[in-house]
Amino acid sequence: MITEFFERLFVNNTGSRDDVKRRLKLVLAHDRSTLNASTLEKMRKEILVVVSKYVELDTESLEFSIKTDSRMTALIANLPIRRILQNEEL
Amino acid sequence: MARIIVITSGKGGVGKTTTTANLGMSLAQLGYQTALIDADIGLRNLDLLLGLENRVIYTALEVLSGECRIEQALIRDKRQPGLVLLPAAQNRNKDSINTEQMQYLVSLLESQYDYILIDCPAGIETGFHNAIGPAKEAIVVTTPEIAAVRDADRVIGLLEANGIKQITLLVNRLRPQMVKANDMMSVADVKEILAIPLIGVIPEDECVIVSTNRGEPLVLDKKISLPGLAFEHTACRLDGQQVDFLDLQAYSKSPLKRLRKFFLGSNNN
Repeated sequence: MITEFFERLFVNNTGSRDDVKRRLKLVLAHDRSTLNASTLEKMRKEILVVVSKYVELDTESLEFSIKTDSRMTALIANLPIRRILQNEEL
Repeated sequence: MARIIVITSGKGGVGKTTTTANLGMSLAQLGYQTALIDADIGLRNLDLLLGLENRVIYTALEVLSGECRIEQALIRDKRQPGLVLLPAAQNRNKDSINTEQMQYLVSLLESQYDYILIDCPAGIETGFHNAIGPAKEAIVVTTPEIAAVRDADRVIGLLEANGIKQITLLVNRLRPQMVKANDMMSVADVKEILAIPLIGVIPEDECVIVSTNRGEPLVLDKKISLPGLAFEHTACRLDGQQVDFLDLQAYSKSPLKRLRKFFLGSNNN
C-alpha cells in the first residue's frame, strides 16, 4: 500500500508530449498551407497552361480558390471545358 | 572568405544571443577569426552576455554614418583575441538601418574573418530581414515548446524563401527528465516536425543564468559545464567535425528520481 502511494506520487502516466505533438502538427499543417496572392496567381497560370494543352477551357467562368476549414486546406479549381482537343491538335 | 551565419528563432527568449555568444567564443577558441554582429538594434544584449558592455564606444550606426571607421567600432575580446563584437545602437529602433546597410557592414568584415555570426532580433519584421539579408547560412534556435517550434517553422519558411539553403537546428533548454516522463517533446520529435538537420542540443541548466550574470560565456569556464560542452560540440560540428551528440539522459539525475529509487528500488526504472 505504501508502495502504491509512492507510485501515485512519483509516477506520472498522463504525459503531455503526445498532446503537444498532435496540436503542433495540426497548427503547422495550417500555417504551412497559407499561400499569398502572388503565389496563388502563379500557380493558377501554370495549371491553366497544362490543362489548356489538352482541352479548351471556358475562360470566362474559371474558378480558383483556397479553402481552409479547421481540419484541412484544399485547392478548389472549377475549370469548365468547352471542347476536348483532338489527337492531331495535341 | 568568411562564412556568414545568422542565428535566428522567430520567438524571443529561446536563447539566440546566448547561442551567438557561446558559438562565437568557441569558434575563436578553435583558432578562427570570428566577428559577432548584434543586429538587435534598440534592444542590444550580446555585449552584456559577452561582458563587453563597458567597452562599447561606437556602434554599427556610427560606422554607417561615417562618424567612425569599422575598426573603431569593433570590440576585441581580451580573454579571446580571435573574437570581435560589432555592437548595435541602443538608443535607436530597427528601422534606422536597412538591408543594404547591413550588407555593407558585413562586406567590410568579410575578407578579414573566418566566421561572421549575426545575432538576429526576435520577430519577422524589418530587423529580421536586415539580419538574414547578408547571411548564407542559418542556425534556427528553438526550445522543445509548442510556441517556439511553431515560430521556428515559420522562420525556416522565410529563410528558404529568401534563398538561404543551409539551415540547421539547435534545440535549446532541453530537460531530459521531462522528456523521459513524456512531458516534453524529444529532440527527435522537434527534428521530425521541422525537418532540418540538427547541429546542437543544449540542456537546460542554471549555470547558463550564472554565466550571463557574470558576462562570461560558458565555453570560457576552465571546468566545463554540460551546456558549455554542448556548445563547444556544436561549434565543432559547424566546423565540419563529426561529434556524437551527448547522452543527456545519462547526465541528469533529478532529486525526485533519486528519492523514488530510494523507496521503490531500481527495478522500476
